[in-house]
Parts: sequence; C-alpha cells; structure tokens
Amino acid sequence: MALKTEPFVLNLGPVHPSTHGVFRMRATLDGEVVVDIEPVFGYLHRGVEKLAEQRTYTGIIPLTDRLDYISAMNNNFAYCLAVEKLAGIKVPERAEYIRVIMAELQRIAAFLIAVGAFLNDCGAYFTPFLYMFREREKIVDLFEMVSGQRLTYNYMRVGGVSQDVPEEFWPALRKFVDEMPRFIDEYDRLLMQNEILLARAKGVGILTKEQAINASASGPVLRASGVKWDIRKADPYSIYDRFEFDIPTGTVGDCYDRYRVRVEEMRQSLRIIKQAMAQIPSGPVRAEVPHLIRPPVGEAYARIESPKGELGFYLVSDNSIAPYRCHIRPPSLINLTALRDMVRGWKVADLIIIFGSIDITVGEIDR
Amino acid sequence: MEIDSGRKYIYSDIELDRKEGQIIEELKASSQEVVIPDPDEWLEEEGLKQNIILTTVDWFINWGRRSSLWPAICFPACCAFELIAANGPRFDLARFGMEILRASPRQADLMITAGTLTWKMAPNVRRIYNQMAEPKWVIAMGACAISGGIFASASYAVVPGYNHIIPVDVYVPGCPPRPEALIYGIQMLQKKIAKRRNLDIGKLSRR
Amino acid sequence: MTVALSGKEIANQILEKFPDSIIESSEKDLVVKSESLLDVATFLKETPGLDFNYLNYITAVDYYDHFEVVYMLSSLEHNHSLVIKTRCYDRENPVLPSVVGLWQGADFQEREIYDLMGIRFEGHPNMKRIFLWEGFQGHPLRKDFM
Repeated sequence: MALKTEPFVLNLGPVHPSTHGVFRMRATLDGEVVVDIEPVFGYLHRGVEKLAEQRTYTGIIPLTDRLDYISAMNNNFAYCLAVEKLAGIKVPERAEYIRVIMAELQRIAAFLIAVGAFLNDCGAYFTPFLYMFREREKIVDLFEMVSGQRLTYNYMRVGGVSQDVPEEFWPALRKFVDEMPRFIDEYDRLLMQNEILLARAKGVGILTKEQAINASASGPVLRASGVKWDIRKADPYSIYDRFEFDIPTGTVGDCYDRYRVRVEEMRQSLRIIKQAMAQIPSGPVRAEVPHLIRPPVGEAYARIESPKGELGFYLVSDNSIAPYRCHIRPPSLINLTALRDMVRGWKVADLIIIFGSIDITVGEIDR
Repeated sequence: MEIDSGRKYIYSDIELDRKEGQIIEELKASSQEVVIPDPDEWLEEEGLKQNIILTTVDWFINWGRRSSLWPAICFPACCAFELIAANGPRFDLARFGMEILRASPRQADLMITAGTLTWKMAPNVRRIYNQMAEPKWVIAMGACAISGGIFASASYAVVPGYNHIIPVDVYVPGCPPRPEALIYGIQMLQKKIAKRRNLDIGKLSRR
Repeated sequence: MTVALSGKEIANQILEKFPDSIIESSEKDLVVKSESLLDVATFLKETPGLDFNYLNYITAVDYYDHFEVVYMLSSLEHNHSLVIKTRCYDRENPVLPSVVGLWQGADFQEREIYDLMGIRFEGHPNMKRIFLWEGFQGHPLRKDFM
C-alpha cells in the first residue's frame, strides 16, 4: 500500500518568538520541505504617508524616526536630504561632518542588532545578542549625550542638525572608536569558524546575482550576491566622496556571506568615523532656514545607503507648508521579494535562518 | 526536487483573507468608541480586616506572585527595543524575577504591550490575552499603547489605545519610555499585586 | 556619480521605434502613454547601451483629475538612471499594465499602490490588498478619503 501525501499550509503567525516583529508567513510544506511561501503584512500599518500630508516639513521628522526604528538617524538623514534638494538649501560644513558621524555610528548599532538577531535564529539563544547589546549601550550613550533620547532621536533638521555636540562627546567617541575593533575581532574569533554556524548558514538560501538585481534587492543582500553596488560610492550624497573606505562583497550569496558582509561593514564604518573626526571644522551647525519651509513647486527624490539597503524619500510639493505627497522607498519590503526564490526546497528550520539573514524591520515594511 | 505545488487545502487564500477581514471589521465596529475600564484595586476600601491567618497566607501568595512575573511576548514596534534593552545586561529585569521571556502565552502572567496596535493586529492580541491563565496583568508601555500616540490621527488603521481591546492595569508613558521608567512601572504593578485579597470568603468567585 | 539621463534624448530613441507613445518629455522625466508602457519598458530594458535592469521604485500620486504613476529605472553597470511616468485619467476604475514580468521587484509595490490608491495592474499574479484587510472600504491615500 503506497503512502499518499499532500502539501499543507502552515501559518507562522504574527506573534512569534524571534525579534523581527509582527510578520506573518503562510508556508506550503511537503513534509518538512518548503514548497511555497506567501508573506502577509500590514499588522503595523500606521498610515505614515497619509499623516505626512497633514504635518509641516519639520514636523515629519519625528515620524521618520519611527519607520526603521533601529536606525533612526539614517531615516532623518534621508528625509532632510530630500527636503534640501527640493528647496535648494545648502548645509554648512560642520553639520555635514556631524551628520556623517551620526549616520555611521547608527550603522554600527543597527548591524550589531542584525547580527545578534541572526545568531539568535541560528540557535545561540540570546548569548551573542546580549553581547551585542553591551556594545550598543555604549553607542546609545553617545546619542543620548547629543540628543537626549535613546531610540528615536529627532536630531537632524532641514539645513543641518538641531544643536551642536557637547564637549564631552569627543573624548567619549575617541574611547569608543579605539575599543570597538578589539571587540569585533573577539566576536569574529568566537564565531567565524564555529562548526554549528558554518553547517547551518553556509550554502543555505542562495540568491544569485541575476535574481538579486531582478528583485531590486539592495544593501547587504545585494552585496553578498556579488554585486559591488553601494550608494555611498556609486552616487555619493553629502560628503562621502571625501572619505576612503572599501565595499565588502560576497561571492556565493548564501546566509553566511550576508553575515560576513555585515561584520566587515562595521569595520569600514569605524574607518569613516576616524577620518571624519580628524577632518571636522568648526562653524555653524544649521543653515538659516525659515520656521515654516515653503519649497517651490516640484518634486525630488533623495536616497541614502541605510543598514537595510537603499532608503529613499520622494517628495512632491505644491508651495504650501505641508508636502503634497511623501513616499518612502522601503528597503526591507523590496528585499523581501527575493524571499520566495531563496526558500524553495529548504526545510522549515532553514526558512527561519534565511528570513533572519535578510534582516527586516516591520516598521519600515508597513510604514 | 520535483513537487507538484498544487495547493490542496480546505480554504482558499481569498476565503481566509475574507474571514480575517470580517473579524476585524466586527471588532472595529464594537470597540472603537468603547473603553474597557481598568481593574482598579487601588481605590478599593481597606474594609473588613480578615483574621490574621488568612492575611498572612494572602501576603505569602501575593509575594510569590509579584516576585516571579513571567512576561508574554507581544512586541509590535519600537518600544520592543527598550523592553529588550531592559532585559539586557545593563538594566537587568531578571533580578526582579522576570527572567523567562517565553513565547507561549499559556505559561505567562504578565503582558507588556510594547508598540502601536493596529486594527489588523487587534484580534490576535485579544486571542493571546484570552489564552493567558488567571491571574493576569497588563502593562501598557509607551504613548502608542496608552492613547495611540503620534499616530492617533490616522484612525483608519490605528487603535487609540490598548484599553479598547483588553483591560490595562498600569500605564507607562514615554516615547519610548526609558528602561528605568519601565522598571518603575513594574514596581508599581508589584505594589498593586501586594494589595490583592485572594482568600476572601465572601468574594471567592470574583477575580 | 549616477548620471540622471535626460528625458529628451531618450525620447528621440523611443519615438523612432514606437511613434506616438510619448505625451511629453523634459530634462528630468519622460511621460509615456499607458497603452505603450510595456513596449517602452521592454525596449529600455533590452537595448544594449541603455540596459535598465534595476527598478528603484514605483509610486503613485493623486492629482485631482488624474493619477500619475512614477517609475525610476537604473542600470548598475553603466551607472545611469531615468524617471518614467504614466497617467491614468479614470477615477472609478483605473487600470494600468503591470511590469512584474520584466522586473520582479515590482511585485509588492504594485499591490501597495492598489491597496492605498486603487489603481489595478493587469497581469499581476496576485492582485489583492497588502496592508489593509479584505473588506476595508475605500483607498486611504486618495485625496477624497475621509
């Protein structure tokens, strides 16, 4: 008597014990092998684009903080760049350097969480994650010195930053930059050749170069598949053309490559911060901008390289104090179009790891 | 691996979505204006003193319950990271007994709601609350959990506060509240639990 | 530096192959008729020298009498980009062709535009709401919602 089997649908519900947020997947399984997957979003849809049409240009900045809440400084940066492009405002030099230092520090903090959560999914339940949090607390202390907040800073303004950094920031930053490479090396030594990590992540969830480009992936997901595309080098914004840094790329495009790319980028961010600290001039930190900004009629799109990928803001203005349309290009949502191809043929346990290696934040997907 | 991905199952995708949408619409229609009152035992009368044996037993039961609160996972949004930081090495929640952060609501007695609640998520939160065993408590963390926060004007999608869906015991304001503020809120909840009367003969059936 | 190609030059190349497909062209963008959107997009993707193989974003704007859908394409090898727009004048039941066959990255973005603006895309394999629940009345990002 032959055994008849058929595929069934499993719901990996919105509440689940990983730290990625409210995200739901309907997986069609044949035994334990995944045949198809359908992601379901919308459990955190707060209507940010509609709210942005009712607030002034400066009043949207706190809303942008809450999009990708792990890397709030980068969201502020992208939005301020878009408004400055629309209205033709020039930012003073010191403000540019401060913005770059904040963005790179935030990139390190975001990658620490991304790598910690990935290892959490691999099975090292919470130990590396809490090690990452120990380092993240140092970065968050620096941010608190500057803006008063630990998670959603609301620090950058159109035309610069809201206030200058205090005196005790520079010695603390110097201390952090001197100590951090030792920590990344210790972390690498513990984990890079770990047998379990290699067995679970090497060769799993391969995304080829053509698939990645067709699915409009960006950020570490694209770079791990072998495409050397980083917006800081290809289309430099702000003052990134004055710094020297490398772009780490992977070869195969599996989960291990995505993890390595993130760890290497942390080192490159430290390089950028050191160069910025050496070159920073003195001067004003905010351009003379009216209280209620009224850009001329037109539209603008500005993009940055955020820890998740290409984050862009598309603004349409009709010469009033609020934008006519504000659209946010969410890197996490667009990186997820590649999930289906990556996951076919793997087992359920691998599904969790592949999904964790893309590194999403639900606040950005659902906006 | 050659598999015929013909999806054979009881309900089709679109029927599942429609059912979910129906549940959400009914919940929205019934809860949008109505607020569930807080279980406020602060204001109850000190009243009749029980006899000394029952009071001491009460004290022990309450001490046991408040010193080992186990939270259930419910973190939609940004406040989740302050909750995880509160569990982290710097502000250690494990020293208050909240060491286990289990995913299963059936093994939990405290629900810290950290994040904005949308109408699409609301039936799931209610289901998790119903799955927790008595006695259970809820802490509403953050401005979005208290009143909808910065997103309250987009009321087409955001529930204006968790107390439209589940009864809340302690409100912790902030956007997001610092881990120290969350610990203060938990200590207030512990004081509230210390005032419970568990073995009141007259009201044994009431919670 | 990514070179933003001028709409006028590309317009000349397109008008040779597909006459009468462009409404207007300027320095910054190129407005294409909705019937010939797929042809123009295939031409832009496959012509050597242009090679627009990466779709940056799709978005829609509600001007009161028409909807405008904006596409930004770029080429990773040549490092240039282009902005294309189409217009849709129907308010009750707007329909546009879908570009999912050319760039798979358009999948979730077109569903989002259907959910929030109401524009249907023909040829999309899974055209249903993505952020709001089935049974929600209306499309929130339209100017006459609420």
